[in-house]
Amino acid sequence: MIRPASDRNKAEIAQVKSAGTASAAITSPIVERQNTNANRAVSFISGADRHIRRRLMLSRIFAAVCRFATYSAMAILIVLLVAIVWSSVDRLALDFVTNTNSTNPTRAGILAGVWGSFWLILFTALFSVPVGVGSAVYLEEIAKDSFLVRLIKVNLANLAGVPSIVYGILGYTVFRSSAAALGLLFDGHHVVGMAGLFRIRLSKLPIYEDNILVGALTLTLVILPTVIAASQEALRSVPSSIRVASLALGATRWQTIWRQVIPAALPGISTGVILSTSRAIGEAAPLIMLGALTYTSMCPGSIDSPTKLLTRPSQVLHAPLDQFTAMPIEIYDWSKQPDSRFTAVAASGIVVLLIVLLSINSVAMIVRHYASRRLKW
Amino acid sequence: MTQANLPAWARLRVSRRHEKFIQVLLFLCAALSVLTTAAIILVLLGNAVYAPGAKKAFFEHVSVWEFLTGTHWKPVEGESGRFGILPLLSGTVMVAVIASLVSVPAGLGAAIYMSEYAAPAEREFLKPVLEVLAGIPSVVYGFFALKFITPWILKPALSLFGLDLGTFNVLSAGIVVGIMVTPLIASLSEDVIRSVPRSLREAAYALGSTRFDVSARVVVPAALSGILAAFLLAFSRAIGETMAVVIAGGQQPIATLNPLRGAQTMTSFMVHASTGDSAADSISRMSIYAIGITLFVITLTINLISGWILRRYREVYQ
Amino acid sequence: MPTITSGNVPPSVAGVDRELDMSAHSAAIEARRLNFFYGEHQVLFDVSLTVPERSVTALIGPSGCGKSTFLRTLNRMNDLIEGSRCQGEILVEGQNIMDPAVDVVLLRKHVGMVFQKSTPFPKSIFDNVAYGPRVAGEKNRAVLADLVESCLKKAALWEEVKDRLTTSAMSLSGGQQQRLCIARTLATNPRIILMDEPASALDPASTDRIENLIGELCANYTIVIVTHNMQQASRVSHQTAFFYKGQMVETGPTMKIFTHPSEKQTEDYITGRFG
Repeated sequence: MIRPASDRNKAEIAQVKSAGTASAAITSPIVERQNTNANRAVSFISGADRHIRRRLMLSRIFAAVCRFATYSAMAILIVLLVAIVWSSVDRLALDFVTNTNSTNPTRAGILAGVWGSFWLILFTALFSVPVGVGSAVYLEEIAKDSFLVRLIKVNLANLAGVPSIVYGILGYTVFRSSAAALGLLFDGHHVVGMAGLFRIRLSKLPIYEDNILVGALTLTLVILPTVIAASQEALRSVPSSIRVASLALGATRWQTIWRQVIPAALPGISTGVILSTSRAIGEAAPLIMLGALTYTSMCPGSIDSPTKLLTRPSQVLHAPLDQFTAMPIEIYDWSKQPDSRFTAVAASGIVVLLIVLLSINSVAMIVRHYASRRLKW
Repeated sequence: MTQANLPAWARLRVSRRHEKFIQVLLFLCAALSVLTTAAIILVLLGNAVYAPGAKKAFFEHVSVWEFLTGTHWKPVEGESGRFGILPLLSGTVMVAVIASLVSVPAGLGAAIYMSEYAAPAEREFLKPVLEVLAGIPSVVYGFFALKFITPWILKPALSLFGLDLGTFNVLSAGIVVGIMVTPLIASLSEDVIRSVPRSLREAAYALGSTRFDVSARVVVPAALSGILAAFLLAFSRAIGETMAVVIAGGQQPIATLNPLRGAQTMTSFMVHASTGDSAADSISRMSIYAIGITLFVITLTINLISGWILRRYREVYQ
Repeated sequence: MPTITSGNVPPSVAGVDRELDMSAHSAAIEARRLNFFYGEHQVLFDVSLTVPERSVTALIGPSGCGKSTFLRTLNRMNDLIEGSRCQGEILVEGQNIMDPAVDVVLLRKHVGMVFQKSTPFPKSIFDNVAYGPRVAGEKNRAVLADLVESCLKKAALWEEVKDRLTTSAMSLSGGQQQRLCIARTLATNPRIILMDEPASALDPASTDRIENLIGELCANYTIVIVTHNMQQASRVSHQTAFFYKGQMVETGPTMKIFTHPSEKQTEDYITGRFG
């Protein structure tokens, strides 16, 4: 295959074949050339025209600049990863993930942050998936083009561009205050409070204003526009023939959506949902605005191992209303410590965070991969 | 009586009512987004102008004019408090401009390369790389700026010119924010560049164009408004960027245009004010609402302009 | 045994003599045993064709017969298609343009092309016509203005647009856009113009203008035109080549092809038995 001129290498450009072709490097003005059209000798051989040689050179330089811009992104990614792994070697060890935070850099670990992020993501997903998929189904499958629907669509596009810290202020003012009010209502003690309505005393566990649920609700607002957009895209990729076929068989609209469209879109929806939820794991700013703990050695509900999830039900009940920290918050806290030994701690935290993100993204990739093999439109 | 016992027409009505209910439920999900926007505006604006009880709201302390034009930011109670947003605004704009200087050429170059030069296989490989770059959390970029770019790259480089760089500085923060938004510019611009019809490229080649002529004189000008929309969106993202700036950019609210020093942005002040030990009803805390609404209005305006440009651009080629 | 009489063939446009034997003219293009592949799929088989200088050659044939592909090999536009491959020789003014040392930018300046769909750039009318000279390095505004005027005149568009050269080319009608594309091609000063169904998307009046334009241009330019429309081919061309299933079945003076085709397939196509 013959490649376009600009791709050809220098050697070829320089190569001038003279056999039988008088190479006339025309330099006269264009109008003059126009008039002498009838009897001009031409050569198509590379390098015959000095001006074109210069243009081809410019074209190659431009291509090289664009290629440089693209590959420098990859180079930065590699440098970033190497720099972080390199900085982490002084601290990264098994006890970094089994210890909670400490003022001693050699003992500080990320366990509290891992558990905090776990609970946050669990509830964020719980809140955002039904609402997000529901909105997408409404907008794609049910809504007719009305003023209200257009308003919702424009609004969603703009919400996606709202800085996450603004949601933090909203969460602080609305959700945190609601939690505080709830605390007052139940005398600041939730299990007691709830059971107290029936005069049953179980245990006395406090409600905190800056609890997991408040954090998760705030993160839900942050990622909801992305979840909706991803689900809409997945629904759009379901061919309309499926809908028509189902409706033609006498199914109602909702039966069609629930039994045909959503199952068909499910791989796309789950990939999108997983990817947008993973964005929430890295978010620190809105949580800090809520007043999430920056330094704590306690895991939410004091659950610091997976087995306690099964063996300590009352603590599990307590965890959503407990205070928390999260991985990115701890990384932020370690990064700003003046003691330079915390640099390695922060870097180790980043390594753990990136591994978690990578695993979640791999799950999304695997879902996408298998789904694309199973379903081919 | 179960549904099966009902006559056919009644069953249909039951299922219709059931469906109506679900539709209303789904509509409420979608409407939640409008509610969120309304809540943001009400909560931010409301708390900035009105505080319940005896406490005074921020704009009861400070006039809007003083807030928007004041050149000193010193959010403390009493006589010595100064509440002009300009120092924070200058820090924010500086970060966003430096970020644009990094991301606009890099993002546009990558977009042109991926749409006009890269073979399909190469593109398949490059896109995920950019996605990963976009997926790395902001705190990580903050750490990278503070612990790597500033001490290992910028300090040695600037010392060659006899320039002194602060540990916290706007330059490194702006650079990492630029790296963060580069994938956004690249992918949005690539989309609009690809939507330029192939026939236009062929026509340009048929007139004796080199690839540079085709890209720079035909394709990019044809896609220009869409590319501009991408730049604006990235600029607004840079304005709202928080953690990287908080970690690497410093906390001095000074009106300066020197990127080698630290400065406070709107976002980094807000983080600073909520992590400090100031009381919940202190003036410093109350100012968060005023700054928050300012940030919201600025980013929303830019996003709306960007969306408007993009919609007009799409109309041309559809 | 001719089945068509010359009476059935529509009159030609001014400037085209369809009876003329062009073999005395020197050849502008000579294709020799051309084979063309998209990947593994062969679309041209041993095509040989000579295009005489300053004449109009029409390529006709049913859809998918390879006539457009053949046209696009003449200025190497097919290079832009990933995975395409070409064997054989094409001599343009005596030089083999398949030679790897050939500069396609120079070639395409010399061998211009007009497409089926008009493709004005989203720029002003003036900038569209001036595009070719500008990329070729012409900066002098006065020179460009003269050139734009003369090319628009040659393309019979000047009178309609002379007062609005700075408005967007997108505001022109379809027929005007196509003539603008012809003017734009003329501005690069080609000697050969390839036209790929230039009038198929236009209304009859615009088509008529384009056909008359072709009749005028062939005094100075060599034109190769692909067309679906057989009346059009018979009206505007000196020479006609019939393509079928990737092969060049028959070529000759247009009048002969349309009245005394020597191949059965050509006759079937021309009389409308298939196509």
